[in-house]
Amino acid sequence: MDLKTLTYIVVFGTFAVYFGIAWWARAGSTSEFYAAGGGVGPVANGMAIGADWMSAASFISMAGLIAFLGYGGSVFLMGWTGGYVLLAMLLAPYLRKHGKFTVPEFIGDRYYSSTARIVAVVCLIIASLTYVIGQMKGVGVAFSRFLEVDYGIGLGIGMGVVWVYAVLGGMKGITYTQIAQYCVMIFAYTVPAVFISLHLTGNPIPQLGLGSTLADGSGIYFLDKLDLVVTDLGFKEYTTAVLGNNINMFAYTLSLMVGTAGLPHVIMRFFTVPSVKAARASAGYALVFIALLYTVAPAVGAMARFNLMNTIEPAPGQNLVYEQRPQWFKDWEKTGLLVFEDKNDDGKIQYTADMSTNEMVKVDRDIMVLANPAIAGLPNWVIALVAAGGLAAALSTAAGLLLAISSAISHDLMKGVLTPDLSEKNELRAGRIVMTISILFAGYLGLNPPGFAAGTVALAFGLAASSIFPALMMGIFSKTISGKAAVWGMCAGIGVTMLYVFQHKGIMFIPGTSFLGGMEANWFLGISPNAFGIVGAIVNFATAFVVGKVTGPAPKEIQDMVDNFRSPGAAGAAHAH
Amino acid sequence: MLQHSDFRTSSVDSESISINDGHKLKRFGGELETMQNQTYWQQNLRLIARCLVIWFVVSYGFGLLLVEPLNAIRLGGYKLGFWFAQQGAIYVFVVLIFYYAWAMNKLDEEFDVKD
Repeated sequence: MDLKTLTYIVVFGTFAVYFGIAWWARAGSTSEFYAAGGGVGPVANGMAIGADWMSAASFISMAGLIAFLGYGGSVFLMGWTGGYVLLAMLLAPYLRKHGKFTVPEFIGDRYYSSTARIVAVVCLIIASLTYVIGQMKGVGVAFSRFLEVDYGIGLGIGMGVVWVYAVLGGMKGITYTQIAQYCVMIFAYTVPAVFISLHLTGNPIPQLGLGSTLADGSGIYFLDKLDLVVTDLGFKEYTTAVLGNNINMFAYTLSLMVGTAGLPHVIMRFFTVPSVKAARASAGYALVFIALLYTVAPAVGAMARFNLMNTIEPAPGQNLVYEQRPQWFKDWEKTGLLVFEDKNDDGKIQYTADMSTNEMVKVDRDIMVLANPAIAGLPNWVIALVAAGGLAAALSTAAGLLLAISSAISHDLMKGVLTPDLSEKNELRAGRIVMTISILFAGYLGLNPPGFAAGTVALAFGLAASSIFPALMMGIFSKTISGKAAVWGMCAGIGVTMLYVFQHKGIMFIPGTSFLGGMEANWFLGISPNAFGIVGAIVNFATAFVVGKVTGPAPKEIQDMVDNFRSPGAAGAAHAH
Repeated sequence: MLQHSDFRTSSVDSESISINDGHKLKRFGGELETMQNQTYWQQNLRLIARCLVIWFVVSYGFGLLLVEPLNAIRLGGYKLGFWFAQQGAIYVFVVLIFYYAWAMNKLDEEFDVKD
């Protein structure tokens, strides 16, 4: 069977499963629509968080980033996992105990202020919307590359699939679909990795294969060999290459961790479990399921880099003749993501770190995971599986983000502030309408990505780190911090972060409007704009502390409320149990 | 970022400890509960602090700040610092969360605040 037919069968087979689940898990109440009725067990919730969290960026881009950054790529590995430690200890149990549906609702309650709630809604929508554009693009790209349909049509199919299970099932449908999507995703990610690791090192477990000797009988460790290959060609040593400088790596990791802990679509998932105990455990299970992919990713990245280098130059001086290039090379050349330019007209491919002699003018890092099975010569069904996995990653995250956005609008803005007398039935209907509009809007943005799309994921993390995380953490760990303090803190944190990002990357990322330039010389302490979220978070904490001192403590009943959600069994835990 | 006032234990003022007075006894009971809540919270804070120290040491310590000296040590084909940054820290994170969940469940039972 040819690759295209096989890919169609696998991809539409997974879609059929998602539809079946959506029908089985349709939502009948707002509690089911926003929080899956509060009855999801910790293991199931952990798996759903894994799928919710691991986006097209984790599945497709991360290993490619690591492949080219080497040790510097560690910031993503530690940053996108360490945040769960913060979530499990600093936020999740208390938010679950408070027992509402959304993050802005908690902020509104704790800071006894509709203003705080609205500011939180705005932060949430900006962060989630920028994130969802990337997912929509991922869906379009996966379709156009693997199924050879038009980008727009692929995007449309993806929107249709999300619409069916998100609108029908709300959080309940999304949760159970995400569990299926996690299974597809992790299977699609590990199978090629196992094959490649076995082939290169003789060890089928990628995590161990990365630290093993090569299977060619030379007795050389794989990583040593990789270091040798890349330094021979003038690239930085793989296992020690730093990203920017040490301060930047430190700030980058911390920003990603704090941002992870502050992303509303992840936090929201902790409202779906039945108890505080289950909230703590599900953070652990979530990280187990995430770590399965994240500990394989370094092996995928390093081995993909090695295979790529090895294909082009199997032994020093024996460069690949361009006319004899393998099929995958030709396939990716067609997409424009792999570009060769014969600078010295010898008909052979030279791939070096020196810009003037390097003939691989473009190697898009995103192709590493997608092309990996083909580079390693794996069978067609593995390639078809990777397509289905990439789609599962993008769709599951898109659904989670869309739910966060629509619940913020229908539950926090409409029910909470504008029309409090909305009946449950109408709120559910409003939720579904808002969800539909969000999907259409996200699809439109995916079709016409705004100029700033490239920097969006970084901005989403920066925003979450500098606004939502500090507000939640202070609300739990300080009994006295006041509503005004939180509002000022959130505004200052987000403001500083956006200002820094805009001044280096352009206002709303429009080229030419950056007033300090993107160059490193102007970076504050050498911190890249992507890594600035943590500085914004510190500004948020500091501002809130000062304003809190000036405006005085929160009222007594708020302090009692804090006491209440700090303790799992304290009286008044009636709601949502 | 945590405010000092949160760490303060409330001291039961001496005049309320007079068992003969029913009204005062009730007040004492209330304060006892508050005190218990505060002890529970403080033990939670101490546990979090311990966990976050480990969290920091394995990632920012071993994986970033001390990576160069640690890279002199090998773990199979891995340089140790590199291993912590790309593998080890993640494993420790998983263990930390489960340890915290286990310790808190125990604390919940001790203070009888299970939900």
